[in-house]
Amino acid sequence: MAVGHAEGPGQNLLLTRLEDVISWARSNSLWPLTFGTSCCAIEMMMASGASHHDLARFGAEVTRPSPRQADLLIVAGTIVKRMAQPLRTLYEQMPEPRYVIATGACVISGGPFIYHSYSSLRGVDDVIPVDVYVPGCPPRPEGLFYGILTLQRMIRERAGLKHPEERRAPVTAALPEGITKQEIQAEMLELFEAQGRRNVHEEYRRTVSDPGAKGAYPGRGERG
Amino acid sequence: MSDWLEDFIAGKEGAELLADDRPRSLLLPLPALIGSMQALKAQGFDMLNDHMAVDNPEGEHIRLLWLLCSTESGELLRVCCDLPRQQPVAPSLNALWPVAEWQEREVYDLFGVLYSGHPDLRRLFLEDDWEGWPLRKDYEDSFILEPGKP
Ligand code: SF4
Repeated sequence: MAVGHAEGPGQNLLLTRLEDVISWARSNSLWPLTFGTSCCAIEMMMASGASHHDLARFGAEVTRPSPRQADLLIVAGTIVKRMAQPLRTLYEQMPEPRYVIATGACVISGGPFIYHSYSSLRGVDDVIPVDVYVPGCPPRPEGLFYGILTLQRMIRERAGLKHPEERRAPVTAALPEGITKQEIQAEMLELFEAQGRRNVHEEYRRTVSDPGAKGAYPGRGERG
Repeated sequence: MSDWLEDFIAGKEGAELLADDRPRSLLLPLPALIGSMQALKAQGFDMLNDHMAVDNPEGEHIRLLWLLCSTESGELLRVCCDLPRQQPVAPSLNALWPVAEWQEREVYDLFGVLYSGHPDLRRLFLEDDWEGWPLRKDYEDSFILEPGKP
């Protein structure tokens, strides 16, 4: 209790540091709900499960089939009027703090179904609050990653413990126009290094080219 | 291949082959529908792949389509039947192909076609209190947005 106690409640060093640690942990262990309603969900599966776009690198790959265990709702795909109520229920069943990423034109504005549709919602924010919008039809996996990285930054910057009820204004995480795959890869690499994470892909490539080297994945010989 | 189908419609009044259609399409009059479907099933079209409808306000009819498939030969056959738009009542094919139950509920849900002999004709996709048949061409409601309109 001696640490920084003099400054008064909420101001001491220990609590400030603890908050940083908690939001760092929170932002790096997002558990998304397994929820997808149409084509965008296929792209989300590409991003979370498939090779090349492994979402585990950002600590958000543990998709949960129950909203009670999830804290991130990625709304991927058209939401029709009849789905609105179950979606709201799912959102309300998720424990606080919970975050929502809306991917794709459909859930942002109605997208291709904005006109002449008798059933598609024109924007999921009529039903649940959204933190990050990821535009695209569907967004590329890199676009979704960009959205998740944006959300992680928002979580880290948010004064989570002191004001749990505080909501930040939603942001749009659009990849800048004309950006290339190489630029995205370079930026992600930079990010990995800045956060001191291991680049398992580099290590894997090294193990493959040099079977004797120690790396992220054991070579065939090591496994015996 | 074409012979048996021409023989098949030979005795039926109002039945015709729709030209140049793939898969081959057969237009049947409403009274002959059930009997012909029974005969087609006996001939080897043992699977009902799909059931659809097309609304045609100019022609004042709703065309029902059934896609039949023979699991033995893989042959496909489309059977069509026109219903008057004002009184769209068709016989249910649920007794021949049990899968028709839900397919007919879907067509009922979106086009308002009534099936006589259907065991459980309720809406399938839309809310139970929905008013109107949204896939009919003249359907309107306050939710639908049109370009250029407020
Ligand atoms: S935004 Fe495009 S890709 Fe995504 S669900 Fe809608 S139509 Fe499908």
